[in-house]
Amino acid sequence: MYSDYSKILSNGLWHNNQALVALLGLCPLLAVSNTVINSLGLGLATTLTLILSNLLVSSLRQFILPEIRLPLFVLIIAGVVTIIELIMHAWFYELYKILGIFIPLIVTNCAIIGRAEVFASKNRIMPSILDGLAMGLGFSFALVVLGGFREVLGSGTLLAQADLLFGNTAKNWKINVFDDDSSILLAILPPGAFIGLGLLIALKNSLELRLQATKPVTPKVYE
Amino acid sequence: MIISPPIHAALRIGLFSFIIVGLVSLVYHGTKDKIADNERRALLQSLQSVIDKRRYNNDLVHDKIQLQSGGQAYTIYRARQAGKPVAAIITSTTTQGYNGAIDLLIAINVNGTINAVRVLNHRETPGLGDAIELKKSNWILSFNQLSLKNSDQWAVKRDGGNFDQFTGATITPRAIINEVKNTALFFQQHQQEIFQ
Repeated sequence: MYSDYSKILSNGLWHNNQALVALLGLCPLLAVSNTVINSLGLGLATTLTLILSNLLVSSLRQFILPEIRLPLFVLIIAGVVTIIELIMHAWFYELYKILGIFIPLIVTNCAIIGRAEVFASKNRIMPSILDGLAMGLGFSFALVVLGGFREVLGSGTLLAQADLLFGNTAKNWKINVFDDDSSILLAILPPGAFIGLGLLIALKNSLELRLQATKPVTPKVYE
Repeated sequence: MIISPPIHAALRIGLFSFIIVGLVSLVYHGTKDKIADNERRALLQSLQSVIDKRRYNNDLVHDKIQLQSGGQAYTIYRARQAGKPVAAIITSTTTQGYNGAIDLLIAINVNGTINAVRVLNHRETPGLGDAIELKKSNWILSFNQLSLKNSDQWAVKRDGGNFDQFTGATITPRAIINEVKNTALFFQQHQQEIFQ
């Protein structure tokens, strides 16, 4: 048990980033990250799922018998995702149509059951909520950066279709970086997702190495 | 009373299931009207993309029938002005494209001419086959006002017809042209049935 909040935050956002370090949840990450708005939509839905599932698992942890914990986690996560899906279907219909099958697929994002098992089932409610938030934001951050990279290279725009998420006022948020004709098609095709993610992980690792070179090395244990 | 551990575990799973199903159904009941309304609105919007809303005055979304023909199931929305048939809007699917199914919405006037065609869903290659979307190019508008009388024009230019093909993607336009043509033929043969 630990309740060092800043450590939870830095683990989720950086040191144990679910997408860039743990490499969990790659299926939705790679499939949806073709624009910033799609990435942000899925990122927020995943974050909300993580927070709610961590909250429920943590508050119910004394009722969860160790031998049946996995089916119960699955049950809780599936329920949370179904509820989020219904809510998006009702109030974010356009975005729902685009993210389509990836919302139910949040259930299969191993990051969520991973956090339930590793963190929420062993910690109090507040740290668990924070852990869900931090892990979700870290995942969203990786998604949005990858989405931005692919959207700029592949379509020559940024923040296209922002109105799906932010309403009609966001219709003119779209930035045309360069002409569509000179875009690199590869970036929005599936290989572009893999290449982009590879570059992102490499970038993170090289930043990490550079930071370590300037600081004395301290042994770290991550959960 | 002593309950053996496996039964205790089963009961607990049952209890959890019960609570979670209860929560989900609460949210379902809270959102279902809104969702149905969204679906209806989205359907009406896509139907109005192929027919001008001044040309009919019936409840388009609910005036529909389903017909089977040649292994293809068609859903048909019937546009009427003061009870008289104006056009049929037919949903149709082709799998002859480059990647998976292409869903089409085809509006055919009572005189057999194509009013308009739109692609509802597709997974053709971005940048090559996706010129079938109206937001990418005007290609799909070349169907407007076409009729089966000049059916030799119903092909891409490479096959001797009237339609532009896309650079590097002939399969996609060819699939759509064939499907629209088949749907127009279906309309011709079943017009009586459709407007019953």
